[in-house]
Amino acid sequence: MSQEKEPRRRFLRQVLAIVPATTLGGTTAVAVSNIASADAPEPGKARAYQPTYFNAAEWAFINAAVDHLIPSDQYGAGALETGVPEFIDRQMETPYGAGKLWYMQGPFHTDLVPELGYQLSLVPRDIYRQGIAACNDWCTKNLGKVFADLDKAKQLDVLKQMEGGKIAFDALPAKTFFSFMLGNTKEGYFADPMYGGNQKMGGWKMVGFPGARADYLDWVDQYNVKYPYGPVSILGEKG
Amino acid sequence: MAIKKDKVDVVMVGLGWTGAIMGMELTEAGLNVLALERGDMRDTNTDTPYPKAVDELKYSVRGALFQDLSRETVTIRYGVADTAVPYRQHGSFLLGDGVGGAGFHWNGMMYRNLPEELNMRTHHEQKYGKKFIPEDMTIQDHGVTYEELEPFYDFSEKLMAVSGKAGNLKGKIVAGGNPLEGARTDEFPTKPLQYQYSASLVEKAMRDVGYHPYPAPAANASEPYTNPYGVRLGPCNYCGFCENYGCYMYSKASPQTTILPVLLKRKNFEVRTKAQVIKVNLDASGKRATGVTYIDAQGREVEQPADLVLLTAFQTHNVRLLLLSGIGKPYDPVTGEGVVGKNFAYQYNGGINVVMPKGTQFNPFIGTGAGGVGMDDLNADQFDHGPLGFIGGASIRHVRYGGRPIKQTGTMPGEKVPNWGSEWKGSVQDAYQRTLTIGMSGSVMAYRDCYLSLDPTYKDANGQPLLRMTLNWKENEGKMLTYIAGEMEKVGQAMNPEKVVKAVRKTGSSWDTRVYQSTHLTGGAIMGTTPKNSVINKYLQSWDVPNVFVYGASAFPQNMGYNPTGLVTALAYHSAKAIREQYLKNPGPLVQA
Repeated sequence: MSQEKEPRRRFLRQVLAIVPATTLGGTTAVAVSNIASADAPEPGKARAYQPTYFNAAEWAFINAAVDHLIPSDQYGAGALETGVPEFIDRQMETPYGAGKLWYMQGPFHTDLVPELGYQLSLVPRDIYRQGIAACNDWCTKNLGKVFADLDKAKQLDVLKQMEGGKIAFDALPAKTFFSFMLGNTKEGYFADPMYGGNQKMGGWKMVGFPGARADYLDWVDQYNVKYPYGPVSILGEKG
Repeated sequence: MAIKKDKVDVVMVGLGWTGAIMGMELTEAGLNVLALERGDMRDTNTDTPYPKAVDELKYSVRGALFQDLSRETVTIRYGVADTAVPYRQHGSFLLGDGVGGAGFHWNGMMYRNLPEELNMRTHHEQKYGKKFIPEDMTIQDHGVTYEELEPFYDFSEKLMAVSGKAGNLKGKIVAGGNPLEGARTDEFPTKPLQYQYSASLVEKAMRDVGYHPYPAPAANASEPYTNPYGVRLGPCNYCGFCENYGCYMYSKASPQTTILPVLLKRKNFEVRTKAQVIKVNLDASGKRATGVTYIDAQGREVEQPADLVLLTAFQTHNVRLLLLSGIGKPYDPVTGEGVVGKNFAYQYNGGINVVMPKGTQFNPFIGTGAGGVGMDDLNADQFDHGPLGFIGGASIRHVRYGGRPIKQTGTMPGEKVPNWGSEWKGSVQDAYQRTLTIGMSGSVMAYRDCYLSLDPTYKDANGQPLLRMTLNWKENEGKMLTYIAGEMEKVGQAMNPEKVVKAVRKTGSSWDTRVYQSTHLTGGAIMGTTPKNSVINKYLQSWDVPNVFVYGASAFPQNMGYNPTGLVTALAYHSAKAIREQYLKNPGPLVQA
């Protein structure tokens, strides 16, 4: 099925890329936006995905954790249905995941005030691997089960304790692990869907962001009037 | 053994704004000019076309156009006795990389200084007495006046198709513009950008409180424009992807959209990318530069002889290269002697968050890089500082940059809301359409113990020492912003909001290097009137090595409330004129020490 759709998507991408910017009206994005997602999942669920970096236990942890960070609720889609775990897994395979965007030469001074910035020697791939293992160890010792197997209320409590730095891990500060996971979860929820998260532009719809439309000359002077169009993505999906 | 290239007339280190300007001016004078750029070639059609350009994760979050910190960064410490640690990830400031430099991914805020900012020490001593300036505050005059720079501000605005409205034309105050600005010889090249809804509310409130709002000057063209070099810019479409991005509309001025289409075609101009200059070479006397040494894409050392060496890189790199090359005496904060690295300054910012009633539709994604409403009533010395006990002020403006969801969605100001979960979602959703921020961009004075030097421990990918920043906030700046925020709160209240929440850091808190503040780092190779108090003269010429010129905000003796690019480009054109009309006829010092 996806084989039929892919050439058309690629074609539209190329067309979009060669249209002179000055001729792109707000309607252009609408015109190309009737493209169905190649592998449409069930309503309320992210598309199927096999993680590349995370192992099964880690994948279970990530899925359980992000559901608390951005739950599905009355305000809109949540992290699970928008594919945030897929986003995080795919980010691990990028230069960011490998810490290649950061200055990583030592010595590492880890006892300074937080205002002087990140000073650990760990890169995102390490932070997740060691953070998940440490949290699962802590949960097993103190609560008898790994994080993903705990009931929801206990999971929530563990996350709050990590955020507040009330749990101490040997491998890395629990707070650091939590803040990376939260930051990446929000990125996945709000970044363009081509990165794996924000599926069906659920994150953008939650907040009311029109995505890659990026052309509002016709609406600047519409004071206090709701913008009427839903989001479009970089690859031309319509929300 | 190093490869040695044929000699050129002029070699420039870096091809951002000042490199492009000097390349243009000196090729026009008939010289052979070579630009060595450590990054890649970049252009709008190849790197940032629509829709590829509007990718928040790639550009704002992962920083695709920023300096590759894995290869080179700076180190930071608060005090002279502390150990500095590396700035490992982008946060407080966003360094540029590649052709166009930070000028490719800036907002386009294009300001002239207020005249009194160019003779800070003299102005304050005359008005408030010598004792008004604290002993450890090492501010000084630029050595060049607003009147001298005016023609070059004017040309820079035309170069960049700046949108705006004059408020002071040849000394006559005209309606619609900034009545507090220095006298201008000409109107802005393009009309002001339109106010979005939120800007219209702020404009009215500022006026109601008694201030003088004006359309913020923006190097975001509001209409089609052909600049003096014959390069055409298109009108801004309010896409909301300006800072951190390349402009796919060719509206935001950058070297790419204003100069390079002409310069790159000139036969007497050459750019070599992936060429990292590691040193300016001096002759045996130490008073004359013979060229530069750089490392090419293959990691080879290359010697490039030249008659004239222009440091046209970003502030931090210019200072570092002077220190690495042994040009000028390094500054010592203990003795106060030496000049290279002296008077490193930054900006001290805050905001007034205004929450309007439920149901308000700001459509925050409709944004520009620099268009909006500003006021100068609380900037520089536009108000009486006598009873207030501080020096400096803030440029104040409301600009809607866009409502990009990863970085520009916050929870409801002033409420203790969790950072995640349903409560976070509800708060973000509620705040998105009905909050606005009035920004205060505060000046930072120069201090005896705030300076730049080479780090003793950390090295770049080529094994050279990183630049070390020693800086922290001072009481003067804390008092300044606390006072201004108090005044601006009244503007917020005048909008009949649901609430007004000040976002101003506590006086006494330390510089938080994790949070974006501004990329307006200044000083370290400061200009001035004598070799004793400065690195370069008013034409940006090194006092010690007269065939070396140093461009950029490294020249500022202290930092102002405005964004630096206007002064940076005006100083470059002022220098270019002196080189073309005086230096080339008689190479040597343009100002006698």
